[in-house]
Amino acid sequence: MSTTPPTDSEKYALQVQGLRITLPGTARNVLDGVDLTVAAGETVALVGESGSGKTLTSRSALGLLPPGALTEGRVDVVGEDVLDISAERLRALRTGTVAMIFQDPRAAINPLRRIGDFLVEGVTLTGSVNQADATARAGELLQDVGVDPSVLRKYPSQVSGGMLQRVMIAAALMGDPSLLLADEPTTALDVTTQAEVVALLIRLQQCFATGLLFVTHDLDLAATISDRVYVMYAGRIAESGPADELFARPRHPYTAALLASTPRPDAPAGRLAAIDGRPPDLRTTLTGCAFAARCPLATEVCEQRQPDLRPAPDRPGHRAACHHTEQLTRSSADA
Amino acid sequence: MTAVFTRRPGLRGIRAGGSPLHLVCLGLVALIVTAALLAPWLVPHDPNAVDLGGALAGPSPDHPLGVDAAGRDTLSRLLLGARTSLLGPLGVVVFSTLAGVAVGTAAAWRGGWLDSVLSRSTELVFAFPGLLLAILIIAVYGEGLLAPVVALAVAYLPYVSRLTRSLVLAERARPYVSAYQVQGHSGLQICLRHVLPNIAPVVLAQATVNFGYALMDLAGLSFLGLGVPALTPDWGRMVFDGQTAIQHGYPLSAVLPCVLIVAFNVVGERWADRVARRTP
Amino acid sequence: MPEYALQAVGLTRSYGAVRAVDGVSFALPKGGSLGIVGESGSGKTTTARIVVGLEQADAGEVLVGGARRASAVRGRARRLARAREVQMVFQDPLQSLDPRTSVESVLRETLGLHFPGRDHTPRVRELLDQVGLGPRAADARPGGLSGGQRQRVAIARALAVEPAVLVLDEAVAALDVSVQAQILNLLADIREQTAVGYLFITHDLGAVRCVTDDVIVMRQGRVVEAGSTSEVLGSPRHPYTRLLMDSVPRPGWDPARIAEARRTL
Repeated sequence: MSTTPPTDSEKYALQVQGLRITLPGTARNVLDGVDLTVAAGETVALVGESGSGKTLTSRSALGLLPPGALTEGRVDVVGEDVLDISAERLRALRTGTVAMIFQDPRAAINPLRRIGDFLVEGVTLTGSVNQADATARAGELLQDVGVDPSVLRKYPSQVSGGMLQRVMIAAALMGDPSLLLADEPTTALDVTTQAEVVALLIRLQQCFATGLLFVTHDLDLAATISDRVYVMYAGRIAESGPADELFARPRHPYTAALLASTPRPDAPAGRLAAIDGRPPDLRTTLTGCAFAARCPLATEVCEQRQPDLRPAPDRPGHRAACHHTEQLTRSSADA
Repeated sequence: MTAVFTRRPGLRGIRAGGSPLHLVCLGLVALIVTAALLAPWLVPHDPNAVDLGGALAGPSPDHPLGVDAAGRDTLSRLLLGARTSLLGPLGVVVFSTLAGVAVGTAAAWRGGWLDSVLSRSTELVFAFPGLLLAILIIAVYGEGLLAPVVALAVAYLPYVSRLTRSLVLAERARPYVSAYQVQGHSGLQICLRHVLPNIAPVVLAQATVNFGYALMDLAGLSFLGLGVPALTPDWGRMVFDGQTAIQHGYPLSAVLPCVLIVAFNVVGERWADRVARRTP
Repeated sequence: MPEYALQAVGLTRSYGAVRAVDGVSFALPKGGSLGIVGESGSGKTTTARIVVGLEQADAGEVLVGGARRASAVRGRARRLARAREVQMVFQDPLQSLDPRTSVESVLRETLGLHFPGRDHTPRVRELLDQVGLGPRAADARPGGLSGGQRQRVAIARALAVEPAVLVLDEAVAALDVSVQAQILNLLADIREQTAVGYLFITHDLGAVRCVTDDVIVMRQGRVVEAGSTSEVLGSPRHPYTRLLMDSVPRPGWDPARIAEARRTL
């Protein structure tokens, strides 16, 4: 676990710098200056609600952008800018260097082909590996993810959702990726299955030393499994820092409010501290802080000027974009 | 929702045509429908008045679209013919759509034995080509517009009922239908107020396509001399009568009805295309 | 003996060889709130659909206010009476609303069916107010609303019938965390105001803690543990309940150990 990542760009599995994305028909940028890094072998969680831009950020690492998207900034994957490379290089990147695990495994696999075909087709297409070697490797990986290799001959409809997600993880590892993108990989699964899949992801990520970007809406889950957490709100990074610090001492009112509004089974019964209102619509422009309208600490300055992402005085790795972050740390210290 | 229209493959080329063609056809269709409605006041001559002296004359100030082989004014016949030629397909479409939607909805909503009976019996109709069925019924009941219209309506019904059945089945599986059931609405209420309006665009698109086909089929029948009584002006009959005129170098009375029929088909297909694209 | 709004006795439902619901019994006191917790395949949703009347039970019965709830009814009056016994809020608010019908028409339609011949304008206003929707939302169609607003409409529609029991089938599962908390608070408020009983179907133990008094835990069609919510969540007795509790991510969470425990259970 490294809280101060090395500066050399080659050391990063993923380095997003000042990423801005504009889509047709919106009044403001869908992503508005996102900076994010995933070091080699590091687990980073990207947390946000629907519409926050978390999925778009993770997909940009594969060069998967919606039609009509205009981009600004850099998305470096192992030192190569994905937004500015040839289609051929991008394809090579997608089959090998970067792999993605989707939320709904059933929607991400062709139901009419055997699981074995699905596992080997990615690597055999590039011609670097032959069919027999690929099948052997697929069998090994399935054993790694705790699935019997006989599944190779089965169809997706013949296995359970949890098992299929493990197959998807095995498929993601087929190309020996440096960067693994997991987009809400456990949201469609039951809680007990979620634990199993997360345990597996962590074990494999350590074993293969891949960088892992874990996209989720669940702040508790993010904090427990990752080294560092980024919290996104309305296309901007609201707060980033080491998971345990961010969880224990949030420096952005949005993070604090999210933590307070999460229903937990072991919390005392009663009403939740819900956040009023809803995230700003893409059809409206933002002049100041995106969270100002829902924030209990908001003052005039919040509506006028967008706050910069600034580190905490005593903890350089823990950054928050809030004009009143000091007030928050003081009040949580009182409590 | 998967909307599967039934279309004739031969018309694919027309559909692919650019939008100028569509606009021209749309204009023609609008013109003809208005003209057909106002025909009794518009026609310059009695459509059956014979002027053998002027037979096969070309366009002139008195006869803007010329005169046919029997000396009858083409424009007058075209306008009055539009009434019979459009009324027939309209009857086919209204009857086949209403009955088809009723049959399809009942089959999908009730399911079970009713579904089996309705689906099998409509499939039975598929076994007979529509035109053959029409000729059979005309042979039994004799000449008149009603017999071919009823026959074609029966022949077209399965296309609508099959489409409706699949649409209602898909719609029925959506939770909002369950929600209305839980609220205490009856099946009939849910169907009429919510399910049918939601599937209506797709069904109407099929009906529009059917209108074009029925227009062609009925014109074909009257070309063969079946259905429409001999003296009634009708497009199909005009094409038949105009055959000799074409040989004599006066094509207008035979060609114009064909152009109009094609125009109706282009408009119908285009509308169906747009609906198919809008429904995901 | 307390009065029960809803009782289920020995509900059983099989699909082929699979027993989806296997002898499930529970009781919901008047104005109470009962949670049914389980994972997919536990039979919790089938149980809910039997209670509402969207599925038929092979055996067992549902009692509302002590009277047996008919499994299928004919006739308008009985159908409406049945609807006033139990109402339901579905998981996906977009799918459970007719895309063509505006918010106000949804409510008017229901009010017109159950309370014909009245002026519904004040009641529509009251219902919208009760679920925290402004009058501006009244004209919107489901497509123009956010997920949370849609679920508020679905709740208002169910409340319009003035039911004795409201079945909430994963009613907050599809919503974002911040919106989820708003809806959970709203549900708690509504129960205080109207004395409607809740049957709260969920996989989320945190949500259960917020809105229920009692809870039953289901696994493979059977009830494995039942009791007051604070007791079951505070000191779970059945190993499966303990596994569920442990599976919720929190500081010090050890997924590998949970996976191990799941295999041995």
